[in-house]
Amino acid sequence: MKAKVYVMLKQGVLDPQGEAVRHALGALGFDGVEGVRQGKVIELDLAEGTTEATVKEMCEKLLANTVIESYRIEI
Amino acid sequence: MHAAVIVFPGSNCDRDLAVALEKAGAKVSMVWHKDTDLPSGVDLIGIPGGFSFGDYLRCGAIAANSPICRSVVKHAEAGGYVMGICNGFQVLTETGLLPGALRRNANLKYICKPVKLRVEACDSIYHAGYEAGQEITIPIAHHDGNYYVDDAKLAQLKDEGRIAFSYIDNPNGSVADIAGVVSKNRRVLGMMPHPERMAETAHGGTDGKPMFDGLMREMALV
Repeated sequence: MKAKVYVMLKQGVLDPQGEAVRHALGALGFDGVEGVRQGKVIELDLAEGTTEATVKEMCEKLLANTVIESYRIEI
Repeated sequence: MHAAVIVFPGSNCDRDLAVALEKAGAKVSMVWHKDTDLPSGVDLIGIPGGFSFGDYLRCGAIAANSPICRSVVKHAEAGGYVMGICNGFQVLTETGLLPGALRRNANLKYICKPVKLRVEACDSIYHAGYEAGQEITIPIAHHDGNYYVDDAKLAQLKDEGRIAFSYIDNPNGSVADIAGVVSKNRRVLGMMPHPERMAETAHGGTDGKPMFDGLMREMALV
């Protein structure tokens, strides 16, 4: 089975990389890009039967730094 | 005083930190990240700068979960001294021994230059060689040194006098110009600037030397 974990900086934490992408899009002539947030996607190949609770534990312990990042799990 | 400097794959200031501690008079043991136990009788642990595990996932995240770091956390929780410099600071926030997190620099650039710091009024052994309010010049060399804590935690750090050093001219976007913080018991220090790279005249300055001399004097009294 596969799981995907989406890790994003929390709302309210400045994302300088996202801001740089927003500026670059504006420079290319794409008007109306009002905000860009950049995160990461982590794909996990898991043994059948691995629970979402286990993946949540992985996120809390390692995959996300919950001081500044939020995460979402897709199984 | 017996210090242990932890070496991760990708550490690159481990020798510098060991030399700075040795020149101040410490006995230094280098400890590999796969070791599970610290040498017996260690007083101070140094977590050096560098790019542990290639900064994969997040700076310091994988190092913080390595076998030796479980012993580092135990050492700190038992009241032991730990100093983390640059990547070492990132590792200490990832272990939860220090609050906050280090984000990408606000200008997205890797910054490597001497910066001016203000020594904050902070009653730690790491401050013993300085006067509160003193300005010192120490180099920084990082891509992810933009310190973040939320407003509530920042207020708490201020109340508890736990801001260790501040930037005079904030180079990286850190909240409240913070360059380093200490734990509540003041025995765990994390800072982005590199005092070990400004510890002898050949380095171009010696403003980092009082930190090592001062902590040696204080540890002799403990």
